[in-house]
Amino acid sequence: MAAATTSDLVVAVRGIVNRFGTQVVHAGLDMEVRRGEIFGIVGGAGSGKSVLLRTILGLQIAREGTVAIDGRDLTQLTGKELRDLKRSYGVTFQHGALFSSLTVAENVQLPLIEACRLPDEVLDGLADLKIRLVGLPPDAAGKYPAQLSGGMVKRAALARALALDPPLLLLDEPTSGLDPIAASAFDELILYLQRSLRLTVVMITHDLDTIYRTCNRVGVIVDQRMISDSLEGIVHNPHPWIQEYFHGPRGRLASQATQSDAGAVGSPGRQ
Amino acid sequence: MYLECRVVEGARELLARGRWRAESATGLARAVADAELTGPAAVLDATGIEALDLTGAWFLRQLEQRLTQSGTPFRWRGARPEALALAATLLAESPAVGPEVAARRHEEPLGALGRWTVQRGDQAHDALEFLGRIVLVIGGVFRQPRRLRLTSVIRHVYETGIQAVPIVALIALLISVIIAYIGAQELRQFGGEVFVVDLVTISVLRELGVLLTAVIVAGRSGSAFAAEIGVMQLNDEVDALRAIGLNVVEVLVVPRLLGLIIALPLLTVVADAMGLAGGAVMSWLVFDIPFNQFLVRMQEAMAPTTFWAGLLKAPVFAFVIAMIGTFRGLQVRESSRELGRLTTVAVVESIFMVLLVDSVFAVIYWELDF
Repeated sequence: MAAATTSDLVVAVRGIVNRFGTQVVHAGLDMEVRRGEIFGIVGGAGSGKSVLLRTILGLQIAREGTVAIDGRDLTQLTGKELRDLKRSYGVTFQHGALFSSLTVAENVQLPLIEACRLPDEVLDGLADLKIRLVGLPPDAAGKYPAQLSGGMVKRAALARALALDPPLLLLDEPTSGLDPIAASAFDELILYLQRSLRLTVVMITHDLDTIYRTCNRVGVIVDQRMISDSLEGIVHNPHPWIQEYFHGPRGRLASQATQSDAGAVGSPGRQ
Repeated sequence: MYLECRVVEGARELLARGRWRAESATGLARAVADAELTGPAAVLDATGIEALDLTGAWFLRQLEQRLTQSGTPFRWRGARPEALALAATLLAESPAVGPEVAARRHEEPLGALGRWTVQRGDQAHDALEFLGRIVLVIGGVFRQPRRLRLTSVIRHVYETGIQAVPIVALIALLISVIIAYIGAQELRQFGGEVFVVDLVTISVLRELGVLLTAVIVAGRSGSAFAAEIGVMQLNDEVDALRAIGLNVVEVLVVPRLLGLIIALPLLTVVADAMGLAGGAVMSWLVFDIPFNQFLVRMQEAMAPTTFWAGLLKAPVFAFVIAMIGTFRGLQVRESSRELGRLTTVAVVESIFMVLLVDSVFAVIYWELDF
């Protein structure tokens, strides 16, 4: 693959160092995400995947190194520029992080209310559209997060992340805690959204099926750094942890399953 | 700005232009709402749109729907945008539930009263059941001392008692100073300044020491009980305890209850001592009553029951505060707003109940001449 020019890079992480006390989490980690791809972040438990995501989001300040989104360095921005930048990406957290005292519709409307001044019927209409977009039934709008199943919470969180139609989507373990059917429906949904809305997607995932089904490129965090390559390339990387990860008993099954049904993307599964 | 309307050869032309994206939603909403649409025919043109996302497409869809509603036949000049097709497909699947979502249920006054009454009845029933569970567990502890979680009890004595000593001491001191001042002002008119000692001794020992301590503890620990247990509810920790086979009342409620029943009388003694000390210092500094005279006067003012009349109330107040705090904490369900609401309820109710119980004590003491 040809070297990407700077303008193609949606996320550029350069040499970040994160330390907690004496524990080094990242020692000069680099990561590049190109426009329009689905980039999977993989790593063992405690390897710092979530810390990396928090660093990209600006929730965690790295000791060294820079994070740039759309070519803009997070640390160099003023308050207002940072607020504008934060509207250019949507985030979902591992457990949904829906606001428990608001309905699904109100959760989706919250970013809109903060960003624009809109009449109520427009807000209701836009929330309805986003709720349908992620494959939730329209009557989910009036429900509270506690009334939803695990899969519906993930979809509702995605609807909130998409409220302002951001070009970049950051997902933390989107399919964790879902049954295989719901998880593969969610994979299809991500592919469908990425193609129909032309999104760039960065996701942390442990799910090998999700990686084989959706990711164009994969970055593996090993030895406090990231090794990233195309899916094809990373599978043949000689690093022992990566070999263990992709060629352990579960890895072989997932790769076989993908080879047998490499089909076109249909409409996303419904919840 | 986003939508140009003009009339060409009798047909209305609507030219969309600019950035039809989420960040310009405010302007888009106004443009679509203000557009003049009636006419024999209309032509839509999206070729001037620089950037279109799904939010923008939703507004184009609104425009189409408004044209349909006003009975104006329309056609697209140039391509109908792809994103609009996506929005239309999504919206076509089933009708929106809009009105039900938007309009909150409006309650009739009589219905609201009925619902309120039933809820109150249920709550009283639940509270009584909760009291029953507590009594059962405490009874069980007497038969099987192993069921007493001593470490937990001691932790709560420390957190609700020892950590509260500075604030309780300070407030008791200040209150007795205030009483001594106000009392002396009135008593000076009769030359009876020495009765300030009686006033401080009796009011602090019988009422103010224990009452102020209970109010402070209700604010400090009643809220802490409700919030701690409420967060455990939200994290499913309470369900986890139940699933392991532990009795929630035994693990969470009784240690807090016993801890507070031990801590509150001790705090009351601290408050009493500080209150008397404050009175003594004031008498000496302001009214020239020396310490030894203060002590003698104090002994004369006190009946044998004065100190106990106050202290006896402390464990009862502790029971009320701990029970309300833990009860409200266990009622937290589903949302962070519930947690805040029930913590507030716990504090307000426990202060109210402390005052109510105190007035009951006053009547009983009066009848018994205690």
